[in-house]
Amino acid sequence: MNLEKVFFAFFIVLSLTLNFGFFIGELDDPNHHNVYELYAALVVSLIATIMKFGDRAHIGAVLLATSLVADLQLIAAVIVWTVSVHATEVGLTPSIMSSIVSLSGGALLANITSVIILVTETVMFRR
Amino acid sequence: MQNLIHLLLRRMRLPLIVIILTYAISVLGLVLIPGVDDQGNPWHMSFFHAFYFVSFMGSTIGFGEVPYPFTDPQRLWTTVAIYLTVISWLYAIGSLFALFQDQAFRRIVAYTAFTRAVRNIREPFYLICGLGDAGHLVVRELAERGIRSVVIDRNGNKIESLRLENFPVHVPGLSADVTDATTLIAAGLKKKQCAGVIALTDADHANLMIAISSKLLAPRLPVICRAESHDFAANMASFGTDYIINPFDTFAKRFAMMFQSPSMYLVYEWMISMREAPLSEFASPPGGTWILCGFGRFGKAVRESLSFKGVRIVLVESDIIRTRAPEGTVEGRGTEAITLHEAGIDQAVGIIAGTDDDANNLSIIMTALDLNENLFTVARQNLRSNDAIFAAANIDMTMQTGRIIGQRAVGLLTTPLLFDFLLLARQQNEDWANVLVSRVVGVLTDRPPETWTLTVSRHHTPAVIQALNKGSRVTVRHLITDPREISTLLPCIPLYIRRANNAETLLPEEDLQLQPGDTLLFCGREGAETHMRWTVHSAHAMDYICTGCDRPSGTLWRWLSERQGG
Repeated sequence: MNLEKVFFAFFIVLSLTLNFGFFIGELDDPNHHNVYELYAALVVSLIATIMKFGDRAHIGAVLLATSLVADLQLIAAVIVWTVSVHATEVGLTPSIMSSIVSLSGGALLANITSVIILVTETVMFRR
Repeated sequence: MQNLIHLLLRRMRLPLIVIILTYAISVLGLVLIPGVDDQGNPWHMSFFHAFYFVSFMGSTIGFGEVPYPFTDPQRLWTTVAIYLTVISWLYAIGSLFALFQDQAFRRIVAYTAFTRAVRNIREPFYLICGLGDAGHLVVRELAERGIRSVVIDRNGNKIESLRLENFPVHVPGLSADVTDATTLIAAGLKKKQCAGVIALTDADHANLMIAISSKLLAPRLPVICRAESHDFAANMASFGTDYIINPFDTFAKRFAMMFQSPSMYLVYEWMISMREAPLSEFASPPGGTWILCGFGRFGKAVRESLSFKGVRIVLVESDIIRTRAPEGTVEGRGTEAITLHEAGIDQAVGIIAGTDDDANNLSIIMTALDLNENLFTVARQNLRSNDAIFAAANIDMTMQTGRIIGQRAVGLLTTPLLFDFLLLARQQNEDWANVLVSRVVGVLTDRPPETWTLTVSRHHTPAVIQALNKGSRVTVRHLITDPREISTLLPCIPLYIRRANNAETLLPEEDLQLQPGDTLLFCGREGAETHMRWTVHSAHAMDYICTGCDRPSGTLWRWLSERQGG
């Protein structure tokens, strides 16, 4: 058992599940999308990215790329949220909420790709 | 570069994760802990405010408790968060600095900078392996002629000292294993700009490895190798190493030449001497019995050459059995008066101190001069750092291993024709050499002559080719005419010409007609070469020299003067 792989798989799957939890629900209803969940998804996704830093293997590089995509999408969602609530007087209108959730949906796709790659690698790794 | 970023990211993984975790925990704590606003209502910090607060708190900027003064539970959590974030920052920055100090990291940084410098070389360069006395001399001489080189040496301190020197051109250096083929490739062995490989380390085996690697990886490149033993020299020659320099044989041959023809020796010395060196003076070794101390590789080479010239030699050697010294050898180091007396110092005319220990060599010379002050002294100097004491000992002739190798290598690289000339010149008699010496002295000041070659070709001498195509007659005299004043000649002498059909002539006559493909060797005072290069590049100057009249070069003036003339 490789402890590094366990940690990485843990963070990748956790970021997928958290992201999914945030994403699920009515697209434009703020009550269905918890801010804590978005926060946790971003932190876990950042950690998962850093764990792939400096990985020379091809699969490692691809995983770094997909998790970077997830980070970018989540950071964009967080910025939209912050700007709408704090920097402008707009607040969480249905249109703002739906753009935040769809950004996190993009991150969710990237997370799913990461998990698929991870599973493929694990299946190919017969030992 | 790739390696560098990989290493950096890999090493910074844990510190970055620690920073993210501490920030995440601190922010989350601040969001969860309830506070009160300015009206006393319960209030929760938003993620945005919490992140803002932790950002300035963690970096110890500290704008205070915003937007509302904190409650006690919030202050308690902030205290915890301060320690967490400050420690994680210290840890991250500390790891970054530790990484910069790391030997492996610095090696990669040096390697990256080196390969980039080599990659960016756009002009021909030489790859020099080994930065000892000889290597250093070659690098300096090449740099002063504006020729680039790349240096590899096992010793990092030597490469470091390279950086402190002010060469006119940048000389990239790398401290690495010189026998490693990947190092040689990184140093540009396979680059098309690489003009040759010069292996000058003090280990014959390393030189052999370099020679064979470069002959396999880049067969077109000429290889110059230092070899101190005949076994290795034969081995190197077997796979086509172009030039093999044995410092002992080279010196011994030159020394023997001194006996046969002192003038020829002087010609030799001047032609291959370094720039900036003082002009060596005429010294003639006396005929008679010589004492040779030390029968190592140096002693064997000297003895062989001198016996060939019929000089009687008494050997002094401390280890007769190991060195297989011949019968009649006096046992001892030669540093004591007893041994030297036994070797017949009173009747001897000269002494050669040829051990591999500089202190012993100096001691031999001093002791011998005490016993017989009329001796001609020759000493072998092994380390260049002992220059000052050897100069102070007032020795008639000093053999410096590094200098001998360096001179020869530089000569081979910059004026390959010189060795063809010297080979041919050696077959001439003493009178011929005397005439040459007096001619050379006639054009010199107190510096040794510079030597340069000139090939008659479209690329090197466009003006000459142009004049020949017009049907003009261009002679050697035209080349050595001063382009500023055609009634005078440049202070230089044409030494040698090789025609297109490989016919060689020593000291070509002034009225010899040039043809495309001729290669000439000149020697002369500093600066003469620049004027000659001007002549052969400028059609106008060439025309002026050939015809004696300064014709206008512009179209309008040419037209006007033609009208006037017609």
